[in-house]
Amino acid sequence: MPETLNERILTGVPVSGGSVLGVCHRLADKRFTRVKGNPGEEAVALRNAISRAGKELEELSAGLDRLAAEILEFQQVLLEDDDLLEPVFSRIDSGESADGAWAAVFAGEIAEYQAADDEYMAARAADLGDLRDRVLRALSAPQSAGDTPPDGAIVVAGDLTPSAFLELDWTRLSGAALGAGSATSHVSILARARGVTMVVGLGELDETPSGATLALDGRTGTMIVAPSSETRARFQERIAQEAGLKAQEAEIARKPAITRAGRKIRVLVNVDDPSILDTLDPDICDGIGLTRTEFLFSEGPPDEETQLQAYETIVRWANGRPVTIRTLDAGGDKPVPGVTLDGEQNPFLGVRGLRLSLLDRSLFRVQLRAIARAARLGPVKLMVPMVTAPFELEEAREELDLAIAELSKEGLAHARPECGIMIETPAAALTAADWDADFYSIGSNDLIQYVTACARDNPNLAKLADPCNPAVLELIGRTVAAGKARGVEVSLCGDMASSPELVPLLLSLGLECFSVAPAQVGPVKLAISSTEGDMANGE
Amino acid sequence: MSEAASNIEWITASAMIVDETGLHARPAVKLTKLAKTFEASVEIRSQAQDRWVNAKSPNAVMKLKAAYNTPLLIRASGPDAAAAAEALADLVERNFDA
Repeated sequence: MPETLNERILTGVPVSGGSVLGVCHRLADKRFTRVKGNPGEEAVALRNAISRAGKELEELSAGLDRLAAEILEFQQVLLEDDDLLEPVFSRIDSGESADGAWAAVFAGEIAEYQAADDEYMAARAADLGDLRDRVLRALSAPQSAGDTPPDGAIVVAGDLTPSAFLELDWTRLSGAALGAGSATSHVSILARARGVTMVVGLGELDETPSGATLALDGRTGTMIVAPSSETRARFQERIAQEAGLKAQEAEIARKPAITRAGRKIRVLVNVDDPSILDTLDPDICDGIGLTRTEFLFSEGPPDEETQLQAYETIVRWANGRPVTIRTLDAGGDKPVPGVTLDGEQNPFLGVRGLRLSLLDRSLFRVQLRAIARAARLGPVKLMVPMVTAPFELEEAREELDLAIAELSKEGLAHARPECGIMIETPAAALTAADWDADFYSIGSNDLIQYVTACARDNPNLAKLADPCNPAVLELIGRTVAAGKARGVEVSLCGDMASSPELVPLLLSLGLECFSVAPAQVGPVKLAISSTEGDMANGE
Repeated sequence: MSEAASNIEWITASAMIVDETGLHARPAVKLTKLAKTFEASVEIRSQAQDRWVNAKSPNAVMKLKAAYNTPLLIRASGPDAAAAAEALADLVERNFDA
């Protein structure tokens, strides 16, 4: 068959899921081709695009807090800046395309802002870049309503933001293939939590058009464009096998996790948005080892009642099992409009996690109050992220004391949560024994990033950002030992815990508590039950 | 702005920038929005530079980078020039109603 000749194999980074077959659906990204008209048509096209961009900005800022809206307002007024637009239209008059003229003028302006050698002006250059792209998108995407992928499609895009990922209904899609990204980027975490088959870091995807048949393998990270009938048959066979394995995993998920040597291991789940609990049976886990509260902040800081409702939903779902709630872990690659600082040169080493909470105490207080109030319904553990020195935990505890004193005074029912830390930095891992923490939870994604000096969102460093780097394993082992010496719990809530192939290694380091993506409970329990896991290295 | 600028009658004003960050995005937006409510041509310049820029262009005002504690010079020409110059100077002096 001639189609064999057309088969193309692309290799990326595996994120989650198994084998799927489906039709390619390309999501609009920044790069587009459009057909150029005459100068009159081009000028009209640009005017329409500018007006559409203005409307989009207006709609966007309606849902935002004041600070975020003001940032957008600067972009809005630029669309009405005659001095800025005049050179664009004169380029169009002399025969340039609308997108070409727009991009060229903005390139010059952006360069001027960047050359200002002023952090504030450089940050405004990013605003200009944002505006440039918005108008370019408006120029080349006349109908965005037709962008809904058909059932069973494999979504293909250059990159996908967490919000764009969450807007899609993954229960009726087969998978996602992205040109950019890494296994630890946030969109990958979301995909893994939901068991969505995803491959990232595939590179250039220009020659993968909508409508093409795709075979995607979330275990090996390969994508086959226009697969031959042989390849398709191979995938269909694998899909059937995986369905059998899935049934086995679903069965073992309901049982306690015990190694072959009889060691009992606790398996908890990570929660990002409480809606994920709707389809999850609490009986498959020993509690919630990590609640990522960032989901509450996607549109700016939520008030106490909004937070309380979300936390109560989670605690009620857990039905007496422990629930660990992590305080806001914004910053780094998770900016929150109106909360995180703009213009940091190196946000991963900047004001993120608890550092941000301690900088904005009133914001922190609201969250601590909501957590303490939810704790009246069940065992809640409060966890602070991104710490390097014990005094940070002390300051967080002092804030918790103040929040609890307020609640007592106001007569609001509450309970004091245990207070533990995330081990994400080499400093915290090396000094774990010195902290007066009620528990430790190893955030392996950030720990790997900081130990190997590899940004977690950089696909070029995927090989170096190795969870099995001996320095990473040494720090995990030390943390486990420190917890045992102090008699407090040590869990691991990063992606390492969700990887069945790493289970034997983590058991050998003495780890007895895994907090995993909900979709990984079965696979991880299966791996635990098939590992010897004796106490040789554990005690 | 234009080559004929030297023949234009300008009404001038000036005001001190009291915001510590200088003339940044939010004040620039307020200033241009106010300037646009007048028919008159309105231009501003910072003391550090000789170049006048269109006060109705947020991009131009932004790039002026007028600094904290320096006077902002304002000039206006046209039917409501006096009112325009006064209103803009007022806004700067009120620290853009921050």
